[in-house]
Amino acid sequence: MTTVSPPVAGQQANPLAEGLERVPIRPTTLTIFGATGDLSRRKLLPALYNLAHEGALPERFNLIGSSRSDMPHGDFREMAREAIRQFSRRKPDEKVLAALIDHARFVPGSFDDPDVYDEIAKIEDELDADAGISFNRVFYLSTAPMFFPVIVTKLGEHGLNEKPGAEVRVVIEKPIGTDLAEAKQLNRDVLEVLEERQVFRIDHYLGKETVQNMLAFRFANGLFEPIWNRNYVDHVQITASEDLGIGGRAGYYDSAGALRDLVQNHMLQLLTLLCMEPPTSFSADDVRDEKVKVLHAIHAPDPATVDEMAVRAQYGPGVVGGEHVPGYLEEEGVPPDSKTPTYVALRLEVDNWRWAGVPIYLRTGKRLPRKVTEIAVTLKPVPHLAFDQEGSVGVQPNQIVLGVQPNEGVTISLGAKIPGSRMRIRPVNMEFLYGTSFMSESPEAYERLITDAMRGDATLFTRNDEVEAQWTICDPILAGWDAQDGAVPQYEAGTAGPEEADGLLGPGERWRAL
Amino acid sequence: MTESGTVWSAQDTTPSAIDEALRDLLKQRYEAGDACAPARVLNLVVIADHEWRGEIQNRLDNVGRYHASRTILCAVEQGRTEIDAVASVTVNEDDVAAGRLAVAREEVIVDIGPGHLEHLDRIVDSLLVSDLMTLVWSPHGHDEAVASLLRLAQIVLIDSVSELDARDAIAHAAALEQRAYVVDLAWLRSTPWRERIAATFDPPQWRPELGEISAVTVRHQPDSAVAGVLLLGWLARRLGWTPGRIGEPDGDGRRTGSADAPDGAVALALDPDDTMPIPGLAGLTIETRSGLAISLDRGPGGLSAWRRTSDGHESRWTVTGASRGEAGILGEGIRQALLRDKGYGQALSASEAMICG
Repeated sequence: MTTVSPPVAGQQANPLAEGLERVPIRPTTLTIFGATGDLSRRKLLPALYNLAHEGALPERFNLIGSSRSDMPHGDFREMAREAIRQFSRRKPDEKVLAALIDHARFVPGSFDDPDVYDEIAKIEDELDADAGISFNRVFYLSTAPMFFPVIVTKLGEHGLNEKPGAEVRVVIEKPIGTDLAEAKQLNRDVLEVLEERQVFRIDHYLGKETVQNMLAFRFANGLFEPIWNRNYVDHVQITASEDLGIGGRAGYYDSAGALRDLVQNHMLQLLTLLCMEPPTSFSADDVRDEKVKVLHAIHAPDPATVDEMAVRAQYGPGVVGGEHVPGYLEEEGVPPDSKTPTYVALRLEVDNWRWAGVPIYLRTGKRLPRKVTEIAVTLKPVPHLAFDQEGSVGVQPNQIVLGVQPNEGVTISLGAKIPGSRMRIRPVNMEFLYGTSFMSESPEAYERLITDAMRGDATLFTRNDEVEAQWTICDPILAGWDAQDGAVPQYEAGTAGPEEADGLLGPGERWRAL
Repeated sequence: MTESGTVWSAQDTTPSAIDEALRDLLKQRYEAGDACAPARVLNLVVIADHEWRGEIQNRLDNVGRYHASRTILCAVEQGRTEIDAVASVTVNEDDVAAGRLAVAREEVIVDIGPGHLEHLDRIVDSLLVSDLMTLVWSPHGHDEAVASLLRLAQIVLIDSVSELDARDAIAHAAALEQRAYVVDLAWLRSTPWRERIAATFDPPQWRPELGEISAVTVRHQPDSAVAGVLLLGWLARRLGWTPGRIGEPDGDGRRTGSADAPDGAVALALDPDDTMPIPGLAGLTIETRSGLAISLDRGPGGLSAWRRTSDGHESRWTVTGASRGEAGILGEGIRQALLRDKGYGQALSASEAMICG
């Protein structure tokens, strides 16, 4: 990851940047497509405000919004101010808010309208001329996925994809396709106009401090790496559960489902960070090279035998947190014959020297007992036990649990002697919690990712081959399910998921309690 | 945020009794069924005059999220010979009510007398959480107490602008820096300025101008000349200038001097700004031999920036950023205790050459 301003060809690095905690970001004009949409209002605009509040935006920064809503600049500014007041993690300082928003511009129009791009180009040229400099340009595609290729193509047609003396970058939100073919097509469309180094595919999980801490945990400690392999690890469980249902997102969710929504991107990212080899350096490509190798080492399943390694299900009616909730098929906007899974469990294996034979279980679902995202690494049991376990829970295999949310930290379970005259053992926990060990609050993932994109550091973004490798694993599973007749199995809302998921586990293994 | 605390107090007590009380207070918290864990980040030892104890407590309460995990406030009272103490364990009640794990902070207020200062380490030692970094802050002097605590502490927090004379402030900081890692609030107040200067010259077209700098004027609150000297010291070290002597203030309080840069002399000036209401910097102007001039000044919503290029083109804009306020600066000082900024030591040595040499 970048630590100092990169030297410009023929120039030395900026000597004033050395030693600063916050590395300078070049003057930037950020254009958000879909600027009046939900993601922009809830995440992007508040993230920009918090960066402005902390003095973390570029020294000179311009904001342009564009969407299909027809409104004058003033209305867009008022909408942005209200969104920030409503969703910012801190109460805004009105003077900072004014400094950020008062000069924001808005370009209305549909994303295939050439006038939109002419107007954006005109505004950007004016901003450059006024300042007497060439601003870097970042285009943030916060739109429905179908517009990604449209916008990128139009950027190319209007010459907005490159600029002498400045950098042009494009940030693309997930999903990158709904299957491998779509992902490849989108990557082709994008790379016809842009170079890969200009493309920043967001997976906001990678912006979370606890996810980044996996790299520190693994590669900054001598304690864990020696046991981080098939000789010591029995199995791994990666869980991303939610107690909520689909809310008002039936339109999106029913076309996506749990595999596309969480497994293909976030959960496979967690898996790769857990299993990757130490990179040569923490540069964007060295880190992503190692992650891609992990994905390539996971054999794509055969659609005909998908049930041997994958379980899907939908939540039925049930009780969550004391409240009766409807089943998925009764949710508003969901077709009554929908086969979209709200729960997915997988058993994957990373067939390489380090991990061969170690099952890696992935589990995600909605309307489960509680919201938790964690990775649990279970070690093999000790080879011989000389203790009498009578009268105690007994010795359990050690577990290392990396908590992503809501408890951010690391827990290691150990066997310890119960005080008393007998040698009885029970598991105890050794915990590191972010809240007790660091004074600082984790910034929102989007704050980190937006600054990284403006800085040009792609380490925490997904590369094209990485996305395609993720789909190579998920596509056959979807194909296998699509070929199956009959209804999708149901699980009662508020329970830990379908019993069928237990069938994926090996002898003596069980899912961690949620 | 609603906070609640479990409290213990005693008169004519001992460090061991206070230490035991802290353990009991945490145990009481656990027994009450609260899901809480003690913060384990940093010990903070504060030595303050008894009559200002409340003000110091207020400042510490308002540092935002950067609280030390265990704070030991030694309040020095004239004529006192025995030790009284109040210990408390505080958690965020909002976390407890929501069923979240609450982080507990511990605070001990120890009333001591002047006679305790020379060997304050003997009192404080058993009150520190082992294996945590320890930060000492003594806003009212009491240098003998700080000296005794350097055996236990790795970091000393100072505020150079609180010294009446800039030369004394720099000399004091330089001497302290030989013995511990120093976090200077006067330096931290200049962080946004340093970041913005670095950012200004970061674009490729402006970077060559760094070698062309011919004059730097720093505007400062009248009592904060030392903050300006540190900023000039930083520029000198980062840009390879040989610092020259900065003279005594003239009738308007203005100090001038120069530095030798590889490609020519740099005129330096420190201008007091009577309109500046709080400690720190008010603004700065950098000029280059090629005709570029850049100014940054405190303004609404951030720093007001102005640039004139060699062809006479002028532009103005706001570099966004909220004022951290004095409480925020203290919080930043506590946070910085766990980081290591080599820049301060380098700036300090150049400043020493400029003002003390």
